[in-house]
Amino acid sequence: MNRIKQKLNEDKKLLSIYFTAGYPKINDTVSIIQDLEKNGVDMIEIGLPFSDPLADGPTIQDSSTKALKNGMTTEVLFNQLKDIRKTVEIPLIIMGYFNPMFQYGVEAFCKKCKEIGIDGLIIPDLPVDVYHEEYQTIFEKYGLINVFLITPQTSDERIRYIDSISTGFIYMVSSASTTGAQSGFGNEQTAYFERIAKMNLKNPQIIGFGISNNETFTQATQYAKGAIIGSAFVKHLTKSGVNTIEKFIHAILKN
Amino acid sequence: MNYNVNEKGYYGEFGGAFIPEMLYPNVEELRQKYLKVMAEPEFQKEFNQLLKDYVGRPSPLYFAKRLSEKYNTKIYLKREDLNHTGAHKINNTIGQILMAKRLGKTRIIAETGAGQHGVATATVCALMGLECIVYMGEIDIARQAPNVARMKMLGAKVVPALSGSRTLKDATNEAIRDWINNPVNTHYIIGSAIGPHPYPDMVTRFQAVISEEIKWQLKEQEGRENPDYVVACIGGGSNAAGTYYHYLHNPDVGIIAVEAAGLGVDSGESAATSVLGKEGIIHGCKTLLMQTKDGQITEPYSISAGLDYPGVGPMHAHLAKTRRAEFMAITDEDAMNAGLELCKLEGIIPAIESSHALAIFEQRTFKQDDVIVVSLSGRGDKDLQNYIEYFKI
Repeated sequence: MNRIKQKLNEDKKLLSIYFTAGYPKINDTVSIIQDLEKNGVDMIEIGLPFSDPLADGPTIQDSSTKALKNGMTTEVLFNQLKDIRKTVEIPLIIMGYFNPMFQYGVEAFCKKCKEIGIDGLIIPDLPVDVYHEEYQTIFEKYGLINVFLITPQTSDERIRYIDSISTGFIYMVSSASTTGAQSGFGNEQTAYFERIAKMNLKNPQIIGFGISNNETFTQATQYAKGAIIGSAFVKHLTKSGVNTIEKFIHAILKN
Repeated sequence: MNYNVNEKGYYGEFGGAFIPEMLYPNVEELRQKYLKVMAEPEFQKEFNQLLKDYVGRPSPLYFAKRLSEKYNTKIYLKREDLNHTGAHKINNTIGQILMAKRLGKTRIIAETGAGQHGVATATVCALMGLECIVYMGEIDIARQAPNVARMKMLGAKVVPALSGSRTLKDATNEAIRDWINNPVNTHYIIGSAIGPHPYPDMVTRFQAVISEEIKWQLKEQEGRENPDYVVACIGGGSNAAGTYYHYLHNPDVGIIAVEAAGLGVDSGESAATSVLGKEGIIHGCKTLLMQTKDGQITEPYSISAGLDYPGVGPMHAHLAKTRRAEFMAITDEDAMNAGLELCKLEGIIPAIESSHALAIFEQRTFKQDDVIVVSLSGRGDKDLQNYIEYFKI
């Protein structure tokens, strides 16, 4: 069974962490993944950096620019990850924009992911319809789960449609924003979380955007299977380096 | 062969709507409504009235006698430079501001490179009393100070794009991010025939007034609607889309698309996307795109800020791929000389973008009785500083 599905079956709230591959240093990728697993993170989104990340705020833009300057490419990332399954067991997802995957060749990209032991992909600018019509069979052939986003503006009808195409979890964007723009949740967000929770979707939901600490993690996971932290973790790496990952994760999971 | 957009938003293999889910409701609303809204008699009436009384249309189709003599052929200039705000950009912003109002939007955002589209957007926002935010690369803000001042005088807020190369591509990214963060009350007026479907088609339809006028104006002057060639410069490609539109399916009319070669197509400092680009995804559409082999978007270069874009509208990518259009690449030097030549021969100071289209006459011969219509997309006032420095005037 796909590791993402196994993890979603566990009776606990899940913490997923995003980081940009090749940041702060080009060769930090593997040790960051290992440290995150060791400290109790349930799932990791490895960001494949892109020159023009439309859905990201300044923190992830900056880390992407820096990672590209450091020399990160699709090929380099695949090389860094080639033995990752010898040491890491938790689900690994590659998150990136579509153009680098398209240039690598979607099938070649998926094949490589399977060889390495990547479990899923998140591609914000690959629309559900295009995936469904052109790429779904390729993803399925290589056992990859493609994760789709929903937002507070997504209609119930479209959420049902996305749920029908999804096979892992639904990435619930907490508010209308780019990454790293929000801090904390207001009534509007909790009403949205409740609305989705009541829809009884077949796929569990994991909430992302706006989760940065224990408080927001706890709040989000009242309504969903898990939560994703991205910008706050990247900021932590910028400020405190790669040696204090333990401290960051323990602060999130302190309960 | 169909050169228009199909029902799925594609021109051949190019186009589509590669957008994050956050933008889906806005883009979908626009997709469902744009054709209906544009077809409403009230909309048409208001649009045409504003083009006439506010923009000053029809723009003249001018027979450039001395230029024609020099190149021994018949050259007409479609004078978009005489429009209010000095370029073709206003045709689209008038259309889109009326669209935004009908969609109930109260806040307008736009991207701009040289500032022409920013000024055209700020202008229509002032006209309609709507809030206007223009994203502009930090570097472009520094080198296009007069247009920044114009936008501010018109009441727009100019926000510097500080990411990436801090030019047009990044200003577009910032505008898209703004739209993601303000999905309910905001309309994004894209300035070129790019972006997710339906933008390329919508912008093309608003600019199509250019070729609509050429047809009857040429009929009056030459006794025929069809020139032998229509010529336009291409960055994203909105003036070109409008200039070609009514001739796309007419095989008697040759289409010439002029890209910016910068310092030379093979110099590493160029914006000739049809030559240097590969199929890829930028700003929500699949098109020809300058990129590394890993799919990272690269920085183009042209002396002309309006052509300094790493992609090209999906309609033009299709015209290039099917060879319906003949693509030419013009260097900075050849464009600047052609611009100065038009000043001396015809008493018209063209925008550097448009000068690229004029430069083809040094590169390519036409028959003596060929009728060629060149889109003079903008006036050169904004480029004075560039001309002054380049020619040490």
